[in-house]
Amino acid sequence: MIFRVLPKQGLEGLFALLAAEQPVIGPVERDLDRHGRPIYGFAEVTDFASLRLDYTTTKLSAKEFFLPHREELATFQISGQQWQKEVDYHSGQPTVLFGLHACDINALNKLDKVLLKGVYPMPYYAAKRQNKFIVGIDCRPQPHCFCRSMGADTARHGFDLFLTDLGESYFVEILSDTAFTLFKKIPTREPAEADHLRYRQLAADKKGQFTAQVDTTDLTKILDLEFQSEVWRHWGDRCLSCGTCANVCPTCYCYGVHEQVGLDLSRAVKDKTLYSCNLIDFAEVAGGHNFRPQSHNRLKYRYYHKHRGFVEAYEESLCVGCGRCSESCLAGITVPAVIDSIRGGEI
Amino acid sequence: MNSHAIVSWPEEANQHRRTDLTTFESSYRAEITAIHRLTAQEKLYRLQIIDPHQRQGFCFQPGQFVMLEIPGIGEAPFSISSPASRKGDLELCIRRAGTVTDFLDKVPCGTQVGLRGPFGTHFPMEQMVDHNILLIAGGLGLAPLRSPIAYVQENRSRFQTVDIVYGTKDPSQLLFTYQYDQWRADDLNLEIIVDQADAAWQGRTGLVTAVLAELFAGRNEDYFTNTYAIVCGPPVMFQFVCAALTAKDIPMAKMFVSLERRMHCGMGKCCRCNVGSTYTCLSGPVFDYWTVMNLKEAI
Repeated sequence: MIFRVLPKQGLEGLFALLAAEQPVIGPVERDLDRHGRPIYGFAEVTDFASLRLDYTTTKLSAKEFFLPHREELATFQISGQQWQKEVDYHSGQPTVLFGLHACDINALNKLDKVLLKGVYPMPYYAAKRQNKFIVGIDCRPQPHCFCRSMGADTARHGFDLFLTDLGESYFVEILSDTAFTLFKKIPTREPAEADHLRYRQLAADKKGQFTAQVDTTDLTKILDLEFQSEVWRHWGDRCLSCGTCANVCPTCYCYGVHEQVGLDLSRAVKDKTLYSCNLIDFAEVAGGHNFRPQSHNRLKYRYYHKHRGFVEAYEESLCVGCGRCSESCLAGITVPAVIDSIRGGEI
Repeated sequence: MNSHAIVSWPEEANQHRRTDLTTFESSYRAEITAIHRLTAQEKLYRLQIIDPHQRQGFCFQPGQFVMLEIPGIGEAPFSISSPASRKGDLELCIRRAGTVTDFLDKVPCGTQVGLRGPFGTHFPMEQMVDHNILLIAGGLGLAPLRSPIAYVQENRSRFQTVDIVYGTKDPSQLLFTYQYDQWRADDLNLEIIVDQADAAWQGRTGLVTAVLAELFAGRNEDYFTNTYAIVCGPPVMFQFVCAALTAKDIPMAKMFVSLERRMHCGMGKCCRCNVGSTYTCLSGPVFDYWTVMNLKEAI
């Protein structure tokens, strides 16, 4: 990896350079919550001043720019008995994502494993993934963050450049030739020994700031051992089966497909909508048999997919520890609490 | 700043390379060439892939499934019920049970539909050569078994004893009744049982496990070590049948089941068919029983 140090006043120049060529999406303040604290979200940014790189966390991850909540898979032109199918991957124009935290970058890397690899790569995702320029930025752990437990507190790949705030300047990790070329137009310097020390000191400080954590030791085996545990029923009784956790999750990718005919019967649309395994009909088959009829069956399945099955398939969990589901859950269910109770065998 | 431009996909490359990005939504266009009513709920649809080259190039193995799409109505997975030797001339045995199948129930011959696939794992018929085969079906579970049955018929001399044990709720639900004589003529031992007899029913009444117990009583030790079992039926049937088979020490690696799950893609993406995080569409629908034992809540 190539490292550079960018003086703070140089960041606006970097933003301007990127924004001159394509849309830039970054963290902005959307509103205030009932305690008067800002609510952050990702949106298109045209003015550097409105970019809030000091954001805590966004309610929704950057997933929506890669896996939109609703997307057309195909359209049909229908004329009597005849029909033609048209497929569009909706690649859109190249876009910059400016200011992603390590968890969200790692979430995309995990999605890549399912959606870009394997026998059937997904072109709708690939098209959007491959035309994004990603600028990462370091962050401070928030009360719900347990990314360190999931090994997602630093990003090793999946971005073009990554910024760490050293105080007077940014420590820049450069990962793509596009990013490298960009810095030919912006004054940076080689990092000095003092910069390395500062960078390492910040990383060490961050390590001590986590308040939430999950013990993942032998978790796959423990989940198998505790499959029949009553603890699942307890959490299932609290779960509202609303699917909010999947909605805010940066790694949830399940979906449903629905087709609709236009009112004049000349056109039909095949839509893909992100779904949630907590919704009651997720595993219901035609004829009415439901393979996971109860709330606790579905909640358990969600944990098994993320913390056991995905580990089995890819040697890593399908959770980055961003804490969004914990923060958003209307029933107050948090991942650390559920996993702790499963490990302990009691609530 | 164009170096991260969108990749382009070659137009022609999608016909044979299954891993190409463009295959994701690419479907065959097929025409419904015949519709045959089997019961009050089920019909057998014959579908022909329209393009003759695609039709001949369409290869599948017994046990695999296709996604059938009716534009504007929906798409659903169906196991293929026809002999693999007939390639792109497919037969699907479909029960009226949901949006797509209700619509299919009303369409006339000549309707054009989309087909994607074939998807999933298959029954390892080559591996079963020189062994006994025990096919056990409950209700609509006979539909995915009709393709391996056809394979056995076409290659009958390569297999030892072949039994088909088939149970339904009542006689009116028996599928493919017109084929039973031919199966028997081809030296396939067919045992049928219904749960509730009607006035005209002459055969056995009870559950498939009763037939199995009777069948097993007349077989020696050698039979069980040299037998492959193929099981498909409603979820409750699997447990009892598989327990009966393992009790006789039929190796779990020689017992194959075909599982049904909801599917929206067939390609390991939508997660609807997941058991744990095993995709029924990729690792199944045909699983050996050892694998099923290690999947939580599979049956």
